[in-house]
Amino acid sequence: MIRVDIRAKSFGDTPVLGRVALEVAKGETVAIIGPSGIGKTTLLRIVAGLDDRFEGTVERPGRIAMVFQEPTLLPWRSVLQNLTLVHPGLTRRAARDMLARVGIGDKAHAFPGQLSLGQQRRLALARAFAGHSELLIMDEPFVSLDPATAETMLALTERLIAEERPATLFVTHSRAEAERLGTRILDLAGRPAILSPAQGQDI
Amino acid sequence: MLGRLAVPAISLSGLLLLWVIAAALTADPQILPQPFALVGPWLAETRSGALPHHLGQTLVRVIWAFCLAMSLGLILGLLMGRFERLNRWLDPWLVVFLNLPALVLIVLCYLWIGLNETAAIVAVTLNKVPNVTVTIREGARALSGDLDAMARVYRMSGWARLRHVLLPQLAPFVAAAARGGVAVIWKIILVVEFLGRSNGIGFKIHLYFQLFDVGMVLIYALSFIVVMLAVEWLILQPWERRARRWRTA
Repeated sequence: MIRVDIRAKSFGDTPVLGRVALEVAKGETVAIIGPSGIGKTTLLRIVAGLDDRFEGTVERPGRIAMVFQEPTLLPWRSVLQNLTLVHPGLTRRAARDMLARVGIGDKAHAFPGQLSLGQQRRLALARAFAGHSELLIMDEPFVSLDPATAETMLALTERLIAEERPATLFVTHSRAEAERLGTRILDLAGRPAILSPAQGQDI
Repeated sequence: MLGRLAVPAISLSGLLLLWVIAAALTADPQILPQPFALVGPWLAETRSGALPHHLGQTLVRVIWAFCLAMSLGLILGLLMGRFERLNRWLDPWLVVFLNLPALVLIVLCYLWIGLNETAAIVAVTLNKVPNVTVTIREGARALSGDLDAMARVYRMSGWARLRHVLLPQLAPFVAAAARGGVAVIWKIILVVEFLGRSNGIGFKIHLYFQLFDVGMVLIYALSFIVVMLAVEWLILQPWERRARRWRTA
């Protein structure tokens, strides 16, 4: 369970976020949609604990995983090490199993630079799910993928979330992606941005 | 295609050939002896143990100064690259030390600390720290914020972050600082030894300079150059190739 209660967030004199309050329960996926530049990434960085200069409180569990817009891998370490170094508790066998689950089981000893962008994103997903985190944060993880790859990745993410059941906070500007993954959809809009239930949603 | 060893070998033979021609044209072994005329004295110095002894003394000083300068420069460079406020305060100091002539630092260290080993190594270290700091600071400024965020979200330990996130990003800068470092340090060490030590390559060069023995000056200088070439080819370059493996894979 995570509880976010942000009263205000600004960069210098520019207010970015207004009142943003939400709760995500275990096994629930909350999708947040909104146009580019509205403050979605700012919100996620606050939830992830990367930015603590804001007014309000965030209650979050200890084990957090995050999928970034870019794969954000360690290019100087092997694919397998990208899992085992980030999760020291993970055995090599478990790491190999995780790679197989995302479909890159044969790439364990390659460097990330030798993978295609789609494969790099699979690795980023494997890293996020390998730690059995209680909170999963995803920041537009399917952006800049071609439609076919995006669809495969979406299906893979859907399956992994169903298997691991973390509390998931998912940000996108694509309504289709939000409807596909989200158990609830929220709209981030306005300036400073505030959250509201998405229009036309069945409750 | 020429191999990895062939090009440096041919290139160095060219330098040797140039020496032979120059010596033949000079036609005065007092000023420039032929390279093969140095082999006998070189063997004699090696057998008597004098050359290895002085070479070892200088090498120990190089290693000390190198390790001290690299660690201090790494810490300072990282701090100054990461914290802009600290950088604003320390940057003027850096400019002062960068522009302080090596000779001034050496003389002052000898005057203040005394004619001893500590003064020698402190003088060389102080000479080199600013250059290392400047290089590492550039690396620290180019560190990836995304990887830092990743390491924080996944709560990687401080050691794992340093070893697997930070240092690999700094590796090209550390390599550049180390390369330049070794070359500059051993040159300054010779000056330090020349001015105030009673052993080491610099001391021997001072001695043979006063005796006007060009041959022995060349023997001692070249022996140390060979050692430094070995360090470059056997330690620095293989390490750099290993660290760069992921780029070329």
